[in-house]
Amino acid sequence: MSTDKSQIEKLIDGTLPWPELRDDVLPDPKDPERFETTIEILQERVDWDDRILVPLNDHLYVVAGDDGRTVKAECGHELCSADENWKLECDIRAREEQEETAELYPELMTPDPDWTFQIREYFCPECYSLLDVEAVPAGYPILQKFEPDIDTFYEEWLDQPVPDGQ
Amino acid sequence: MSQEPETTQGIASDEYDRVEPPIGWDGQTLQEMLDESEQLLEDTGRYHGRERLEMKEDEPFQYERMFSRLRGALVNARETALHISASAIVREIGELAFQLYTPEGDCIATSTGIIVHVHTGSLAIKYMIEEGYEHGRTIQPGDIFCNNDNDLGNVHTADVHTLIPIFYDDELIAWADGVTHEVDIGGSTRGHDQLASTTRYEDGLYATCEKIGENDEVYQDWRDRAERGTRTPMFWDLDEKCRVAGAHMIREALTDLVDEVGVERYKEFTREAIEEGRQTLESRVQERLFPGTYRDASFMPVPFKQEGWNPVSQKDMLNHLPVEMEVGGDGGLSLDMTGASPPGPHPYNCSEGSMQGGLWVSLTQCLLHDGKVNDGSYFAVDANFPEGSVVNPQDPSLSYHTAWGSIMPTYQAVWKNISRAFFARGFREEVNTGYSESGDTMQGGGFNEVTDEYFPIAPFDLSCQGMGASASRDGLDYAYTMWNPETDMGDIEEWELIEQGLPFLSRHIKPNTAGHGKYRGGSGWETLRVVDRSYDMSLYKHVRPGVTNSTSGMHGGYPQATNYSVRVHNTDLEEQFEDAEYPISDKVPGDLEEDVDGDVVRTERGIYFPTTFENHDLVYYHMGGGPGYGDPLDRPFDLLKEDLEKEIYTPDIVENVYGVVGNLDEEEREFEIDHDATEERREEIREQRREESQSVRSFIDEERERLVEGDLSDPARRMYSGVFDRGDDWCDDFREFWDLPENFEINMG
Ligand SMILES: [Zn+2]
Repeated sequence: MSTDKSQIEKLIDGTLPWPELRDDVLPDPKDPERFETTIEILQERVDWDDRILVPLNDHLYVVAGDDGRTVKAECGHELCSADENWKLECDIRAREEQEETAELYPELMTPDPDWTFQIREYFCPECYSLLDVEAVPAGYPILQKFEPDIDTFYEEWLDQPVPDGQ
Repeated sequence: MSQEPETTQGIASDEYDRVEPPIGWDGQTLQEMLDESEQLLEDTGRYHGRERLEMKEDEPFQYERMFSRLRGALVNARETALHISASAIVREIGELAFQLYTPEGDCIATSTGIIVHVHTGSLAIKYMIEEGYEHGRTIQPGDIFCNNDNDLGNVHTADVHTLIPIFYDDELIAWADGVTHEVDIGGSTRGHDQLASTTRYEDGLYATCEKIGENDEVYQDWRDRAERGTRTPMFWDLDEKCRVAGAHMIREALTDLVDEVGVERYKEFTREAIEEGRQTLESRVQERLFPGTYRDASFMPVPFKQEGWNPVSQKDMLNHLPVEMEVGGDGGLSLDMTGASPPGPHPYNCSEGSMQGGLWVSLTQCLLHDGKVNDGSYFAVDANFPEGSVVNPQDPSLSYHTAWGSIMPTYQAVWKNISRAFFARGFREEVNTGYSESGDTMQGGGFNEVTDEYFPIAPFDLSCQGMGASASRDGLDYAYTMWNPETDMGDIEEWELIEQGLPFLSRHIKPNTAGHGKYRGGSGWETLRVVDRSYDMSLYKHVRPGVTNSTSGMHGGYPQATNYSVRVHNTDLEEQFEDAEYPISDKVPGDLEEDVDGDVVRTERGIYFPTTFENHDLVYYHMGGGPGYGDPLDRPFDLLKEDLEKEIYTPDIVENVYGVVGNLDEEEREFEIDHDATEERREEIREQRREESQSVRSFIDEERERLVEGDLSDPARRMYSGVFDRGDDWCDDFREFWDLPENFEINMG
């Protein structure tokens, strides 16, 4: 099974019609070039030149730049180096009181304020796009949710040199 | 088969020839076989040391045909046997499964159905081997064994296994295992997933790898004990016949196959089929995931302070279920739950085998849709469920009645971890942010006023929940549950036939349940039912989670709404019915009060303990939505228009979260967007984000202060305190993150 580039573009945009998604994209085996195709499309779309190494979410990438590997937002804001927890460089709004959570869901359908449970929203400090939402009890550490092993991936799994390698 | 006795109407008129140990292959005892298998796996990293899959390579058609025939036999046994059962859970929803195991207890193939059991029967078989059943109790042709002891290989008490050994020329060649979910297991309260149980001694009937029959017949004393020990003896009896009949069908099919292909080729096939399952997982990991470390955490609220019956359980508890996963450079996958809470006085304790089953149920849905589904994937994953924690207590005295209360939240974290890997790799269509946890809605039972017969209440329409969003589209609405991929709501008429005293008044979409996001979670639904022509009706509600979320959203999507409870006693429904009127919804919490008079009981908790209901009392439950994906401000307007028209969300919520403003014609269900007002509102939301947020660094300073001062709710404090008591490495990471002294601890005091 192989999917063409325009299908992957639509997949990224969320505009791929269900019959195509079901028949061409979901079934096994998957197209082996998916990673490369995806990176190519994403790279064309961003306004900066740093090479994308791994997409972390819709608005966030690990990139190879002049100062080494960093976590960079789509808007161009650089948060931290690739091995650090990018969340620590975000802005946050933690909703814990009823009047704060009531904007999200009706009464009784959000955490009981007596349980000191938080809905934490992490924003890009530059463009304020929402990068992650966590639901955790007060006092919970901010986890680094993904530490990609970039060298192993390129060198051993893709059998390619790492794009920013020497 | 030479040893098959003559049967008349299913009753053995002859006996099997007894076998003497050793009964394993080539003169080995079962223990020797097990030891050898484990040793070979440890030495070579491969199942039974099979480096090359010779049969698969040399005679691929034969090999695949053998697998298809076994798989077909298991599916056929399930499809046929379920018609013996009278329980709607089994017959309508298919809450049963059949598995085939090697003599040493490794799963070769499984039927469709509640596939979580692939590995539980395995543990029961290994227990019997290690306890020397071969020599003491003996394992004979025609024997029937039963197990539902969770600590030894079961998911929760109501799941009952029937295991039969399959012999060929005096050698044990396999085990067949049938499992059904019982509607009642004789616990301290009515129902199949109890809420009130705090120890094993309240869980109900237990069979501990017990021999319950020989010569293909169930012992009379066992049958009497079980039928007298459960509230629904007719269902029990027919379910047992269903399991036994299915297992015997599998024995017959396997014997035919071995007659045809020869026993040696069959044996080699089983080794390769399991090794192939192991290899498939490893190669799939390299094909789909991204090497690295992944972390997430789930939480299970247990709001028993006001509800609990047993004094030791009368507290609000919060179980910590952290999941760290490693995708190794070699394609290996590991999972570690260090930091999990200790077990507790609640029914959510979960054995290691159940956690393995949950892992397996998850992997087959996200990574292994098409491979050979067997214990190979179990051997491919290195899992650590810490001993003495709620996810591996190693303590038979605990209650395991509703182990799903630990499994379901945990695997939300697993799915998110794997989904991050899918996303990194470009497989956005495979991303799944999680699901709504089904809980166990209404349970209990009552007596029919006309017939004086007992009827159980255990609707399995709960198997239709909202699914999490993917990174390319919304989650499925009311059509998914993580524990049974063949999800089915069942027909209302079928439930009403069994649950005579609780007819349905309505069933429809529950607005505002779906997790917000660029792609929203699937929506949940709600139902209203009325107590009718019954007496001695006791019901409890068991929907989770209620007072907190159990999981987060993904990549900027929000967790789904939490659940709640409402019920109405002493209603005016008798009068309303005379005018052909009745309430149909609680779409927005509080709606119900407008359409009914009576004593309304509403709480944040998704649960209530067994409560007496009278005729014309109203029963309400709703099923949740799935978590969302991505920033809600990225959601296209045409999808929001559809959401409003389908009543997935109400206009006020859409305006707050998505910034879309317009006019909804309630009658025609048509939404017209006001583009100017929408633009304004969205700018306002961005401005709010700027104004109401702070840097994470300053947030950390504030929260640290709060921890030092102990400014936490009791359940949050109790959660940290329990984890600190266990003293795992997790506590060091916690102190390090918050920059707290080495001796810092959180105690309940
Ligand atoms: Zn930005």
